[in-house]
Amino acid sequence: MKPAQLANQSSSWFGAEGPGWDIVISSRVRLARNLADYEFLSCLTPGRQQEILDKLSEAILSLSLGDEVYFMDVDRAATLERQLLTERHLISRQHAAGKGPRGVVVSAKESFTAMINEEDHLRMQVYAAGFNLGDCWKRINAIDDMIEQKVRYAYSERWGYLTACPTNVGTGIRVSVMLHLPALKMTGQIEKFVTAARDADLAVRGLFGEGTDALGDFYQLSNQVTLGVREEDVVRELSDNIVPRIVDYEKAARQVLLEQKPHTLDDKIQRALGVLKSACLISSQEALYLLSSVRLGVNLGRVPNLSLTTINELFLLTQPAHLQLRAGKMLDADQRDALRAQIIRQKLANN
Amino acid sequence: MLCQICKENTATIHLTEISHGQRRETHLCQRCAQQQGLGVQPQIPLNELLSSLLQAAKTATDSQEKTVNFSHPDKTCPVCGMTLQRFSETSLLGCPEDYKHFEKELGPLIERTHAGHSHHCGKVPAHAGQEMKKEVELLHLRRQLEQAVKAEDYETAARLRDQIRQYQ
Repeated sequence: MKPAQLANQSSSWFGAEGPGWDIVISSRVRLARNLADYEFLSCLTPGRQQEILDKLSEAILSLSLGDEVYFMDVDRAATLERQLLTERHLISRQHAAGKGPRGVVVSAKESFTAMINEEDHLRMQVYAAGFNLGDCWKRINAIDDMIEQKVRYAYSERWGYLTACPTNVGTGIRVSVMLHLPALKMTGQIEKFVTAARDADLAVRGLFGEGTDALGDFYQLSNQVTLGVREEDVVRELSDNIVPRIVDYEKAARQVLLEQKPHTLDDKIQRALGVLKSACLISSQEALYLLSSVRLGVNLGRVPNLSLTTINELFLLTQPAHLQLRAGKMLDADQRDALRAQIIRQKLANN
Repeated sequence: MLCQICKENTATIHLTEISHGQRRETHLCQRCAQQQGLGVQPQIPLNELLSSLLQAAKTATDSQEKTVNFSHPDKTCPVCGMTLQRFSETSLLGCPEDYKHFEKELGPLIERTHAGHSHHCGKVPAHAGQEMKKEVELLHLRRQLEQAVKAEDYETAARLRDQIRQYQ
């Protein structure tokens, strides 16, 4: 499997239909693990790093995961291929930029990925479309059990699963959801959401792009405390308490906009649609902002004949590495903006 | 984009007005918008609700509080060679043994980042238990072996090699 083959495909969890997917785009549970007999990455020799890569990739590839799995050598991959894997959230930026023998095992549907030799020896994650954290946890827990039959994890009675950075120690679990919160943003409540989440020991990050500024109103919300808590409780807290409330606030804010500022709302949506349908050059940042507005419009029934799947697919496929691997060559910024605009125009014209 | 009035905060409210065929765009931050009587009033005290959701006894954790000063920054792990100084620079440990070797120094730090928790209470791997000791010992022996080879002390290296074999 070559990463380039993914450049034209949408993903099974990003942009696919799932429970509550108008606001919760996807759910993810990640576990961080390390092998007992090895140093952490910062103190490993390249030879031992290779041993870990061989050991873990062999162990994971031998499991029956109910879905075909592939191994991709991240160290030997081209820069553009690594970027594509990052854009699809199959590997982290850190893994793409890392050093030495490292790789990723990915299931064909991209709902399971296991990064080997990232910050920890093993970081595996399970994704699901929409709001479905419970299933993500069940699946990753089962996979973790299977891997544990084949390797020995670094573990201490007091500290639990030992990780390279103490911020992940204990359960090594990171439970997160990707949220689309345009109405909270428009009604000026997003800062409150961010502050409140941080007060509750949750991390808020942008979904696309670096830094905290969530481009296009997309946010990733995840737990930060991993020690002294049970995995099920972390999942339940987000799943039953926190996320449903945020979804309710977003819904309430949408309702307020519909009732109090329907023209402002429609203007924003229709202008965005107008630009997307006719622009000849469009940057990835502009596309994100505009697609975000259109996505809101689709969810509120203000844009007939356009499906959420189409919009979601455009977010994924118009990212820089996707465009270049699709074109089969390196493109400069201008060429990328032109191809991006063309793909968007075509997709929207067909709908 | 910065707020047009205070020119300090990020503009989060974008207003487009059309009157007498003239289109005017205004970009304001939440505070200035409210002062102008614009902005949709927040309907829900999101802040209060979310904060009350997690009742975990929180210590004053500040995420910016990253740099730590240890009293013995040159304390070194015998297994991997990691020092507290290096850890404070990168936040990354060198091997599983570090958690034991630096337990006194790391303990308070870990508790602070994990809402005051100091013990694991989640999943336990099936192998945990008596095997633990063996693992740490093996790591330690390997490290010594490496050093012995480097120092061309082949007698010690051979002894260590045999010891490692016994463990495996």
